[in-house]
Amino acid sequence: MVLEVKKPRPMWEILFSTHHTDIGLLYIVLSIVAFMIGGALAIAIRSELFLPGNQGIIPDPNTFHRIFTTHGTNMLFLWLLPFASGIGNYLIPIMVRYKDMAWPKLNATAFWMIPPAMAMVWLGMADFTWYATPPYSILRAPGPAAEMWIFGLKILGISSILGSINFIVTILKMKHPDLPLMKTSLFVWAILVTSIMILVAIPTFAAALIMLYTDRLGISGFFNPAMGGDPIAYQHLFWFTFHPEVYIFAIPAIGMVYEIIPRFSRKPIFSYQSGVAAFILLAIVGFASWAHHMYSTGMSFTEKTVFMIGTLAAVPASAMHVFNWTATMWGGRIRFRTPMSFAVGGLILFFYAGAGGIVNTAMPLDFLTHDSYWVVGHFHLFVMGLITFAFLGFIHYLFPFITGRMYNEKAGMVTFWLLFVGVSMIFLTQHVLGLYGQPRRTFDYIAVEPLIIMNQISTVGAWITAAGAAVFITNMISSAGRGKPADMRDPFQIGEQYYDYTRREPHH
Amino acid sequence: MGHAMYEWVYVGVVIALLVYVGAASWDVERFLDHAPPDSVVVKVTGQQWFWTFEHEDGTKEVGELHLKKNVPYKFEITSKDVNHAFNIPDLTVMMDAVPGRINSMWVMPDATGEYLIQCREYCGFSHYQMRAKLFVEEGEITNAALEKAAEKLVPASLTVDSKDSAPVS
Repeated sequence: MVLEVKKPRPMWEILFSTHHTDIGLLYIVLSIVAFMIGGALAIAIRSELFLPGNQGIIPDPNTFHRIFTTHGTNMLFLWLLPFASGIGNYLIPIMVRYKDMAWPKLNATAFWMIPPAMAMVWLGMADFTWYATPPYSILRAPGPAAEMWIFGLKILGISSILGSINFIVTILKMKHPDLPLMKTSLFVWAILVTSIMILVAIPTFAAALIMLYTDRLGISGFFNPAMGGDPIAYQHLFWFTFHPEVYIFAIPAIGMVYEIIPRFSRKPIFSYQSGVAAFILLAIVGFASWAHHMYSTGMSFTEKTVFMIGTLAAVPASAMHVFNWTATMWGGRIRFRTPMSFAVGGLILFFYAGAGGIVNTAMPLDFLTHDSYWVVGHFHLFVMGLITFAFLGFIHYLFPFITGRMYNEKAGMVTFWLLFVGVSMIFLTQHVLGLYGQPRRTFDYIAVEPLIIMNQISTVGAWITAAGAAVFITNMISSAGRGKPADMRDPFQIGEQYYDYTRREPHH
Repeated sequence: MGHAMYEWVYVGVVIALLVYVGAASWDVERFLDHAPPDSVVVKVTGQQWFWTFEHEDGTKEVGELHLKKNVPYKFEITSKDVNHAFNIPDLTVMMDAVPGRINSMWVMPDATGEYLIQCREYCGFSHYQMRAKLFVEEGEITNAALEKAAEKLVPASLTVDSKDSAPVS
């Protein structure tokens, strides 16, 4: 794989490199591979649900459960997190004007922990859903898949903690002394805030994983009611990590949209300060809302009220970002190249996702939507709509920087439209499916007309999305080898500053 | 470079909407969260992969639940093995069945008919088939306290009483 136009290098030199752009490339390639294979699982799930009854695409419920568990775990921890780290690796040292990450070897270590973890998650294929709720996960989930999942996630947690420490030190300590933090790009703020959130959030789940493992061994009973434990305690520990994790996934994506929108609107950001303020606000308030995932576990009225307020409090911060993007575009001379289209598409889907979120947190309505397909549609609008759209937009934007070549713009726009139509069809429909009462994580559904029709719309949307993904990956691979060499000062011909290409020369 | 005024107005509007949503749901949930004191208790037990219902008089039903129309029921929900969720989509009843805990939720079915009961929390192999049937049947209100409550809900001016309803002219 020779991606360098100016100075081709053999693959092993990239694999064993500790230079930040090389590690960034490894992260990005690994995460896109994960995105593709995880997506294939999603297509299998949607195709199975095209009609009620067993379609034979997935032979039995057990396989179905293993597939959706692996799909969820893979997409969150092997696509969203590594991709953000990859872009961070490419850009953070450049944006803070330092020669590399603070600790290049630690950086390489953090990356190389991911492939073994990925192997454990994929070879094990656990069946207890991506949140491994006890008592099912400790009493009934078959091993060794469950153990492999637990250790895989353990390794991923350590990897992202090492990565965040590196980012925080690079940003705060290695930043050029002439560059105040308030003059850095909003993407730097996004990575800084995300890294701090990871340090605060992950340890709780890391502890819960150990407790889950000892519970499975039978030597403790933290979450086992038969031994006096409390299964709900796990859910608190889990969501204390993974509600903030939603913002950990989303904030780098928001940072990327902040990189794209002003440049393609050819106008400065409407308000840099409000962007920073919204990041910090989101990071703090994000920790005050974890139990809104647990209204139906039998919480008291007071608890529910507290967490509803905490959740609603996170909305203005997200709304400030949307406002900032819209106001930046307002009156700008917008060029709808692929990155900009993805950013605007992501903005639209983010709005739907946020509106759905308010419905979820309104206590009485949560009992209508919880654990139904509504929730599936809702959070996919975040992770697929906002975050993946921002990521795909940004990989197109960074493509000339990574490869020195231009991707095919027509194929890029085809990717965008297929994904935008496909994703809207899948997930907006699933909201309605949820209101009809179809539960999540079900191998089959009742054969009544509205459910069948909407599952079919959803599945057709999935196929359209798959076509988009195929165009995307073909475009990336063929353009990396045969694309037109890009004009590195301004590859998109929009008269805006691009990243300094000379910084990509490895120093060792 | 922006005009801070626009953003403050926008944030203000968003916050006002959120306050409205929060207050409205607080008000509704306060009502939904407290079962009427005279509710009839039905014990609901989930286990892999079926539902058992126990009425106040000790009779048990498996896979079927028979309730009376216009009677408030309080479900006391628990599980014997792993987490389940007791869900009647048409009546917006949704509560996790957690082993070692008794969660409660109340409902007053207001229309007769056959409804779907399903499990809404992943619970293993046959989760997708863990269903039961709810039959709501005609039943007269026997409870005095309930009649009182009904009177409160329906304004006296709307109640039709044959003895007093002589034509005004």
